[in-house]
Amino acid sequence: MNGWGLWMTVVVCGVVTLLIRAAFIVLPPGVQLPRWASNALMFVGAAVLPALVVPAVLFQDLAPGQGFNTLRVIAALLAMGVAVVTKNVFATLGSGMGALWILQWLVAP
Amino acid sequence: METPRSAFLSGIKDQSPGIIGNVPFGLITGAAATAAGLDPWLAMGMSIIVFAGAAQLAAIALIAQHAPALIVVLTVTVINLRMLMYSAAIAPYFRHATPGEKWLFSYLLTDHAFALVTTKFKPEDVPAEIGAYYLGAGSAMWIIWQIAVAIGVFAGTLVPAKWSLDFAIPLVFLSLVIPALTTRAHWAAAFAAGTAAAFCAAWPMRLGLIAAAVAGIAAGVVARRALKEPQEDAP
Repeated sequence: MNGWGLWMTVVVCGVVTLLIRAAFIVLPPGVQLPRWASNALMFVGAAVLPALVVPAVLFQDLAPGQGFNTLRVIAALLAMGVAVVTKNVFATLGSGMGALWILQWLVAP
Repeated sequence: METPRSAFLSGIKDQSPGIIGNVPFGLITGAAATAAGLDPWLAMGMSIIVFAGAAQLAAIALIAQHAPALIVVLTVTVINLRMLMYSAAIAPYFRHATPGEKWLFSYLLTDHAFALVTTKFKPEDVPAEIGAYYLGAGSAMWIIWQIAVAIGVFAGTLVPAKWSLDFAIPLVFLSLVIPALTTRAHWAAAFAAGTAAAFCAAWPMRLGLIAAAVAGIAAGVVARRALKEPQEDAP
């Protein structure tokens, strides 16, 4: 995409996001989310974020068939453990990045 | 009964822990945009137009991989769909607001602002007080987020590639998702989506991401039914 295409993409993303946020706020009172929809939406975050994390950890910068990033997997598992215990963004980021840097240095100082 | 001014200030005060937690997230979003080769104006434009951290970060990662526009929009939509839930749950609090206020409040709707207002107030509380409080919480988050992204955009140019700063993106997502895994059904959704994403990673146009998200949501719904976990009132 060129600059113009990127700007258009961003504007469309913004409009869609605003419409999602505004949906029930600007609709007349009494319009409610159907039960099946809220049952499914409850899991959006739990599903989409791991779907972003796993490929980014395993295959970032690798061509298909090149295996996976062992160092990143180890660092991510450690950060995940820290996230489960601390639920803290600073601790998760710090432990994950720190582990990756140490591992990279150990492999190729 | 608080005055609108004091309600506005308590909104800012109650929001500050959430804001501080979002600062590294904003910095990384800005730095990721720079690392992806995005024009600084486009990165800031996206931050102002979209104003949704996880969606911005995912969009930047996709743009960096030259994903088609449709996939970027689809991914942003899926990530932000959870806010449909917030919109439905917070709407009764804003029913006395003017149409202009309703659009402004919608634009400022974030996970944090939603959680604050719906725990502190009841829908039948004084509308002016709710509005002022929400505006305080929402605008404080907005300003600090934009500043953090801007600093990230410009600091991003100073970070050498061998620091592997792109690894911070999945780490940010990890730190967002882990606290949200509150039931076994949520863990099932996360596990199914992550596994599916690993196997669908080579799909064309990054469609595997959408497929994995759908698989995860389905797994969560099925698991909750199978485990007979109780309904949750709030996300």
